[in-house]
Amino acid sequence: MEDKSLPLGEAIDRYVRDGAHIAVGGFTLNRNPMAAIYEMIRRRIRGLHVYAHSNGTGVDELIGGGCVDRLEIAYAGNGKAAPTCIRFRKAVQEGQIAVEDYSNYMMGLRFLAGAMGVPFLPTLSGLGSDIAEKWGFSAEMRQRDPRLPDDKLITMENPFGAWGDASRVLLVPAVNPDVTLIHVQTADVMGTCRIDGLAFADIEQAKASRHVIVTCEVLAAPETLRGEPERNQIAFPHVSAVCHVPWGGYPTAVFRHYDYDAEFLRNYAAAAADDRRFREYQERWIYGVESHAALLEQVGGKRLAALTADPETGYAAHAKRG
Amino acid sequence: MTAQDYTPREMMTLMAAREIRNGDIVFCGTGISVLAAAAAKKINAPESVIFFETGAVDSRLAELPIAVADPRVMHGAAAHGSLLDAFAFMQNRITGDRVIAILGAAQVDPFGNLNTTCIGDFERPAVRFPGSGGGCDVASFVPRCIAFMQHEKRKFVERLDYLTSPGGLCGGDAREAAGLRPGGVGVVITNKAVLRIDSGSRRLFLEQHYPGVTVREIVENTGFVLDVSRVREALPPTADELRILRQKCDPQRLILGPPASG
Repeated sequence: MEDKSLPLGEAIDRYVRDGAHIAVGGFTLNRNPMAAIYEMIRRRIRGLHVYAHSNGTGVDELIGGGCVDRLEIAYAGNGKAAPTCIRFRKAVQEGQIAVEDYSNYMMGLRFLAGAMGVPFLPTLSGLGSDIAEKWGFSAEMRQRDPRLPDDKLITMENPFGAWGDASRVLLVPAVNPDVTLIHVQTADVMGTCRIDGLAFADIEQAKASRHVIVTCEVLAAPETLRGEPERNQIAFPHVSAVCHVPWGGYPTAVFRHYDYDAEFLRNYAAAAADDRRFREYQERWIYGVESHAALLEQVGGKRLAALTADPETGYAAHAKRG
Repeated sequence: MTAQDYTPREMMTLMAAREIRNGDIVFCGTGISVLAAAAAKKINAPESVIFFETGAVDSRLAELPIAVADPRVMHGAAAHGSLLDAFAFMQNRITGDRVIAILGAAQVDPFGNLNTTCIGDFERPAVRFPGSGGGCDVASFVPRCIAFMQHEKRKFVERLDYLTSPGGLCGGDAREAAGLRPGGVGVVITNKAVLRIDSGSRRLFLEQHYPGVTVREIVENTGFVLDVSRVREALPPTADELRILRQKCDPQRLILGPPASG
């Protein structure tokens, strides 16, 4: 039995190089691999190429941390706190990052194509839209970079004629990240994962990736996970490193463990709107703490206790969110 | 009931709820759209099913979610699918044809196309918005879409800065010619009025103005030519609709915002 458990910092050092192509799991304010995100920022990783669908909190922190050069994304918003993610908006408007726009289904299919080992998959989404027409990455940039497909998307006639009641299809190119980082409720040291609640696109992202770094709330014995294999979504061969990081999704929610911290997200949004305040935020919560455990200590046990999920609903019922 | 007894936001929510029929599967985004779906379920469409792009089907919503990935959409759902499951559910006609979607946008054009991506040039936008999310997918797949808009001239434009989610494209049979299924935005609900796509011209026309809002005010706040020949006054919310919306759907006024001052 291969033991893949590693301290998070070592896992990042080993697998996330400057310029790596990465994907992160979760969705807006849920189950983002935040401990791993903060560790990448703390380590001042640079030049990342990020593949995202709707990864609000984590992707905005990475952009704010100066880690991202290029982004392929469907949606950069973060619920009520930030209808458009603030560092994302600023970076795009100031031309600091290159962005290619897709839809959520297109990004999901791109990960699935990568996981399947096929070059593309078809969809009926986006025909005639500017997502199909306008490219964020130029044709020259695409031709220069062997890691990018020459085309963003391709519209073609249905090769099966009218079969399937469609005249045309849009083809989306596969994605195979160097590293996918996900946060799950339960994993074992070999890397088998169990996600409770909505899985978003984590499974396809993980299966498309050369390496997967898993952080988990609970590190379980392999026999425990194998007792109910039908509840496990990712088997160990996909995974390179497993890091036990309780509250590793904080300040995003982890179903059946804890809720998102609406106050933290609101304070982040307020700080992100101003460069000086944002540097103060980063000093206090990222660079000024040595680990996620230290960040959590700074948040305080009382505040975390108020976010702890209610066993019946899976979230913190009656939490103050306004 | 006078105009002061309810807010434009309450009116918008209830106008959207009235579009939902019993048995519809309602694709919800965040904010006012989930509130409209919750209101319909409690008022006029008890057998409707609330559904999120994150993959939750028939969420119980004991509390209102503030994002489609809020764990509040997970509790008590019939099943949890993936993102891919959620969009496949709408792309396939067996289930997709039963879906009504509620979307928001920064801009809408006369053919019901939506922009949620940017203002200005795409490569170096003056203002960047979040992007499609699932909006483009939903508008491509399902037969009935409602768009929520604040009624401002800069948001109702002859030509979008970026066409994120397809409606009728450039009108006529352009949507079908592009390979899309019939559908896209058929009705736009604003804080002043209801606009609907005309089946002949495929353009938005003014169908209803809210009590206390003049047709002139609506035309002045619309950046494209609007056919007002068929306009009628919308029925104001009933006392029952307002009571259920306020007490059963959003008692904390998380989405409704401040109450009417009158």
